[in-house]
Amino acid sequence: MQDSGISVLFMGSNFLRLLEGLWVTVRISLISVILSIPLGILFGMFMTLKNPFSKVISRIYLEFIRIMPQLVLLFIAYFGVTRAFGWNLSAELSAVIVFTLWGTAEMGDLVRGALISIPKHQYDSAEALGMTKMQTFVYVVVPQTMRRLIPLTINLTTRMIKTTSLVVLIGITEVLKVGKQIIDANRFDYPTAALWVYGVVFLLYFLACWPISILAKRLEKRWR
Amino acid sequence: MENKIQLQVSNLKKQFGSETVLDGINLDIHKGEVVVVLGPSGCGKSTLLRCINGLETPTGGTVSVDGIEVTSSNKKITQIRQKIGMVFQSYDLFPHKNIMDNITLAPVKVQKRPRKEVEQDAERLLKRVGLWEKRKAFPRELSGGQKQRVAIVRALCMKPEVMLFDEVTAALDPEMVREVLEVMLELADRGMTMIIVTHEMQFARVVADRIIFLEGGKIQEESSPEEFFTNPKTQRAKDFLQTFTFEKRKTNNI
Ligand SMILES: Nc1ncnc2c1ncn2[C@@H]1O[C@H](COP(=O)(O)OP(=O)(O)OP(=O)(O)O)[C@@H](O)[C@H]1O
Ligand SMILES: [Mg+2]
Repeated sequence: MQDSGISVLFMGSNFLRLLEGLWVTVRISLISVILSIPLGILFGMFMTLKNPFSKVISRIYLEFIRIMPQLVLLFIAYFGVTRAFGWNLSAELSAVIVFTLWGTAEMGDLVRGALISIPKHQYDSAEALGMTKMQTFVYVVVPQTMRRLIPLTINLTTRMIKTTSLVVLIGITEVLKVGKQIIDANRFDYPTAALWVYGVVFLLYFLACWPISILAKRLEKRWR
Repeated sequence: MENKIQLQVSNLKKQFGSETVLDGINLDIHKGEVVVVLGPSGCGKSTLLRCINGLETPTGGTVSVDGIEVTSSNKKITQIRQKIGMVFQSYDLFPHKNIMDNITLAPVKVQKRPRKEVEQDAERLLKRVGLWEKRKAFPRELSGGQKQRVAIVRALCMKPEVMLFDEVTAALDPEMVREVLEVMLELADRGMTMIIVTHEMQFARVVADRIIFLEGGKIQEESSPEEFFTNPKTQRAKDFLQTFTFEKRKTNNI
């Protein structure tokens, strides 16, 4: 084929630009995940408090985050907040804030699920052995919730990496956007470039998420 | 049995909402005594045991072990609980720890005893119940009877002065009941102070020094096993014992 689209990938710094785009994606998701995990653990514990006030608050927060499409949240954070308060949040910071809010809600729900799945008699027998509430939590509850949580957390991370492609819409140039730019620039010389570029983008996403999925499977098997 | 009072329950009351479950229980248990608590389902047997080691806070009255009062507000509750071992009906081993770690967790973390010493105790106890080979196994790899024997060992490893058993064989397959009861019988022979809730009447008769019959939140009858089973004083106890016997009703004319 004369215009083999594959060569587009090796022209100039195209491939490097794609990798840089991937790094933007991964960076936003990793920062959000790293913030979401501790916040989500706290939120999950907050949700299990036997107190109607905390129940209502956390329910509203969770439902709000779930009902709103992430895209709307991104627009609110980036355009809305800037307008309303005159703060000039960078696009990437807005993205991190939105994904952290989302991650905290989802992580919190996972933590809540793991916590309430510990049967009551586990607490009873720990306390009957003289353990304090704190010791029960550290030696009995946390290890049992951890093994349920780790695979779920990893799945949440891969979901986040995939969802970050939305940030294009607030002007962040991540991997998908770079791909589109490369395709547009070569539309006339290499009409089949789209296939190749999107193929590589797919591969890059796959390479970012695959090791994480493998890890999840491993842990799941080991801790079944 | 010695004369020292190990456990004293005075005028113990427990309400759940408006439901009075325990309505003034008085009970003195001597060192080395084995008391079996009988009574119909829902009469408060579990609640009594749970109040004794502070898992439930009584609405009124007191429980004392060795003269020290058990109340949840008391900061010493965890210390008192170490004097009282409890084994439950549900197999309640910690699923994420192997047998040895299940047993050593509390002695090491709560009592701060040296791991070496605790493991020696655990070895001796596990050998006694015939489960030393299973020390590296996880609870899910054990049968119900084996799990209950481990749960007993785990409680014993805290060197308790009193042991509470709440229907520990009720969830077991019939062929596994015996192996657990044997362990409890041996423990009684060694002079452990025990309160046992059970529906195994033959076992109760053999193991008990004293039978307590609980109903309507009160102790209705308190007597030696011989007397209780052959000649119960109250009608309620008679009715209760009746539920464990079957009469042949089949006749030949249809
Ligand atoms: N945490 C609780 N909250 C409310 N009610 C309770 C609670 N625990 C027990 N009860 C009630 O107290 C009563 C006594 O319960 P308990 O478990 O002590 O009975 P039991 O004699 O052990 O019965 P069984 O032989 O079925 O085990 C029951 O009516 C039960 O519904
Ligand atoms: Mg009960």
